[in-house]
Amino acid sequence: LMTAKSLASKETVNGRCWFYSDDDDGISVYLNRELHAMNTVVAQLQTQFQDYLVSLYQQGFLDNQFTELRKLQDEGTPDFVAEVVSLFFDDCSKLINSMSRSLERPENVDFKQVDSGVHQLKGSSSSVGARRVKNVCISFKECCDVQNREGCLRCLQQVDYEYKMLKTKLQDLFNLEKQIVQAGGAIPQHFPSYTILRPDIRPCLDA
Amino acid sequence: MGMATESQFHVLAVDDSLVDRKMIERLLQKSSCQVTTVDSGSKALEFLGLRESNESNDPNAPSSSPVTHQEIEINLIITDYCMPGMTGYDLLKRVKESAAFRSIPVVIMSSENVPARISRCLEEGAEEFFLKPVKLADVTKLKPHMMKTKLKKESEKPSKEDNAVLKHEIRKDEEPSVIEILPLHQDVEQEPMLSNNKRKAMEEVISTDRSRPKYNDITTLV
Repeated sequence: LMTAKSLASKETVNGRCWFYSDDDDGISVYLNRELHAMNTVVAQLQTQFQDYLVSLYQQGFLDNQFTELRKLQDEGTPDFVAEVVSLFFDDCSKLINSMSRSLERPENVDFKQVDSGVHQLKGSSSSVGARRVKNVCISFKECCDVQNREGCLRCLQQVDYEYKMLKTKLQDLFNLEKQIVQAGGAIPQHFPSYTILRPDIRPCLDA
Repeated sequence: MGMATESQFHVLAVDDSLVDRKMIERLLQKSSCQVTTVDSGSKALEFLGLRESNESNDPNAPSSSPVTHQEIEINLIITDYCMPGMTGYDLLKRVKESAAFRSIPVVIMSSENVPARISRCLEEGAEEFFLKPVKLADVTKLKPHMMKTKLKKESEKPSKEDNAVLKHEIRKDEEPSVIEILPLHQDVEQEPMLSNNKRKAMEEVISTDRSRPKYNDITTLV
């Protein structure tokens, strides 16, 4: 029977939880409750993470290649995905700036430079699975090929919007990951079983 | 991690894109390879120990032999095709023209599916042509090519120790006939029939639907 005296007290010392009790039963019930609470928190965060990740695929922000990217991350390289996408976003910023300069004056557009920038952007977005960014690059290249400055400017604006949007989305995803780890949980590697994705963005599940 | 470097393959990866260099490096590391990345063809040649200018018979040239490359053993070169300055194709040619390095297998990567480009590279001696973005499944195809150079080098050494290594690597290899493919440094043949590897690479890149998912038509994923 549980009495007030037999319930354990909890103290946090140096970031670690310590349970004190003169009663063994009190300790185990308390620990079980604590663990259960922790597990619930972790499970909730994991579900939140998975739902969010799935939504990014469903809305077309990410494709198969992002799944490939995640496969390359492991306990030894826990920040790999974050590092690569960070490099990608730096690339975006740099290339967009230089293309913007090339497109600035209507009488003197360096389409070769713009084409080179689009090529690089298309390549890196494709490598990380940034689907929407990559798709804008395809249209962008078409405008460049016919030397359509107006079209290029529109595409430039769109690509700027898309990469910044993706950056925000992924930041939210990484924050969820951090919360899971801090709560003592593992980051889910697979999609939940209910997932239904459009065929063109459905990830490859080759082990 | 560098303890078992004797049996580990060393790959030289060449790509002007930082993002792609990071990717290919990690892909190769995940496949247990030691990786060196460089951002240009000329840096790749420098790393190998080949001069930028031709190894000419210029009597005025410093009579230095490229000592460094003797110590560095490269089992595979994987390079991007489109690079400013020296393209991947140019690099491939330089490597295949070099007596010291022509036996190193070269793999070309490209974001563009241009059949003429692909066959040109394969004819010049590239082992495989990968369409970007490169995946883990692509990188696992590299092992057989890297095995060839290992086996060749092992077969040149007379020591017993190396024979033991040789046996071990044969066992790992699925196709025992790989030994019969050696020696590698024969001239590029004008064969009407492409080798299996090359045909496979050709068929793969010609397929338009690269994003075709490889699932068993079920709507639920676990």
